[in-house]
Amino acid sequence: MIHAEGLTRHFGSGKATVEAVRGVDLEVTAGELVAFLGPNGAGKTTTLRMLTTLLGPTAGTAMVAGHDIHREQAAVRQRIGYVGQGNGAGHNQRVGDELVSQGRSYGMSRADSRARAAEVMEQLDLGALRDRKVMTLSGGQKRRLDVAIGIMHRPELLFLDEPTTGLDPHSRANLWEHILQLRADVGTTIFLTTHYLDEADAMAERVLVMDHGRVIAEGTSEQLKADLGGDRVTVSVAREADADRVVAIAAQVAAVHAASRPSQRQVELRVTRGDLALAPLVLALAEASVQVVGVDLQRPTLDDVFLSLTGRSLREGGREVPVADAASGAPSATLSPATDLVSEGAAV
Amino acid sequence: MSTDTLSKLAIDSGVVMWRELRPMLRDPFSLTFSLVQPVFFLALFGPLLAANVEVPGGGSVWQWFVPGILVMTALFGTSMTGSNLLFEMQTGSHERMLVTPLSRSSLLVGRALKEIAPLVAQAALVVVVMIPFGFELHLGGALLGLALLAVFGVGLGALSYALALASRNQDWMFWTVQQTLIFPLLILSGMLLPLQGAPAWMEVLSRLNPLRYVVEAERALFAGIIVDPAVATGALAAAAVAAVGLWVGTRMMRRA
Repeated sequence: MIHAEGLTRHFGSGKATVEAVRGVDLEVTAGELVAFLGPNGAGKTTTLRMLTTLLGPTAGTAMVAGHDIHREQAAVRQRIGYVGQGNGAGHNQRVGDELVSQGRSYGMSRADSRARAAEVMEQLDLGALRDRKVMTLSGGQKRRLDVAIGIMHRPELLFLDEPTTGLDPHSRANLWEHILQLRADVGTTIFLTTHYLDEADAMAERVLVMDHGRVIAEGTSEQLKADLGGDRVTVSVAREADADRVVAIAAQVAAVHAASRPSQRQVELRVTRGDLALAPLVLALAEASVQVVGVDLQRPTLDDVFLSLTGRSLREGGREVPVADAASGAPSATLSPATDLVSEGAAV
Repeated sequence: MSTDTLSKLAIDSGVVMWRELRPMLRDPFSLTFSLVQPVFFLALFGPLLAANVEVPGGGSVWQWFVPGILVMTALFGTSMTGSNLLFEMQTGSHERMLVTPLSRSSLLVGRALKEIAPLVAQAALVVVVMIPFGFELHLGGALLGLALLAVFGVGLGALSYALALASRNQDWMFWTVQQTLIFPLLILSGMLLPLQGAPAWMEVLSRLNPLRYVVEAERALFAGIIVDPAVATGALAAAAVAAVGLWVGTRMMRRA
């Protein structure tokens, strides 16, 4: 569905040139749900703008929905849907009118546009808002309308640029419900950008981590996290002398990839499948008469992935590694902390 | 341009124009209000003009003044219309339209053509309101006058959109340029006050102002004089504004 090679985009010229995107290769197959994850300024939106024909690449090529983004722009536009960062619907337009206009823009007849508008309004819970002016809608309603506009012409491929940014937790969960439903119904390929870690984690089948204009890692979020060397198990012991024995005992009952001593009475272990290792570990420690005060299991997050890849955290005010920052010469990412979408979803 | 491209341009422009017109039709209050503005202006400025100024060639002050007001309405309305596009560029709805298969040119042409509707409606209202006050209607000339005004309005509207596209990253520029140009254009056209007796340098500048010829043509047409050099020159000036506006505007939209 998407095949890109060496996509590159520079802004400005001469000394002031900003290399927003530096040689991005992409491969997205039909039906996939792929997320671009990265801090602001990583080049996610610029890449998306190139793929959607809004911006010409400085170098590189891409085929989107079977057509070249440079030579066959009209064909690409006909086949893709795009929900940008802004509000696609005109503020002084009515909800229903704007949907019909969108259908007409794709060459649909007036009758077809009306019928399809009724259909997408139903799908996205906008039916009651048909005659409302866009400017009177809430943030969540506007976003649902943007998605409705994006799918009016039944695109094979839908681009979503930060679809849920700025929405309250309830509206985020609600919008996602609609997007996933759409996908389940018609199998649309979805390519989205986000800087919400949990969103990429929970929704996307594949995550592309982007930083400084490059894709620095990709895979399912499970793979990416597994590459980190497993879960973090922290064992706190009562006696300092016992701490030295913990690693050896743990190695007998679980696959320990790394170990460290954050403090004198604490041992931190990197263990595959920490959830399964926990019980045998505690039993083995008890058998060896190690007085265990506490055991803590932390599964890695995509933030850990980003941190290990770049030395910087995606979360605002989160762990930052100043040395790595200085080395890469980049400002640390400042993003608002993502809230736990999964529990919010459950609350809806 | 092939006939295919032309027919696509026509269809797409229709879609864009209709999208622009719909909110106006949906919101009759704002439409009514915008229609009433020139009437207010006329009611307040006309009597002062009649009391203080001798209209060139004698005759009714309305006969001289009303065509000028029509051009002024067109000037204000269409020169500001780019701000709508500017707003849509900021909110994201222009970007959304750019991703659709609508041709780039149609995004400009459709918007410019839409200017005709409010312009003709306002002009017709002004004329109708003025008839009881002694404004003489010469229907043939008046219709031609409206057509001329429409052509001029499309051109100026297109220029306003071009200005909006040029000032996409600094919206103050749009208003600065628009405000800076509008008053010289207004005064140097002889629209509100006769230019007779103006200093020579003003006379020279006004000769360079296409608006002056449009105003003179409108005055002739609304007086029922159709075959007249002033009409021909005015038509030429309006057509030139339209051609330049659409050319510059579509060029800028294609690069957007």
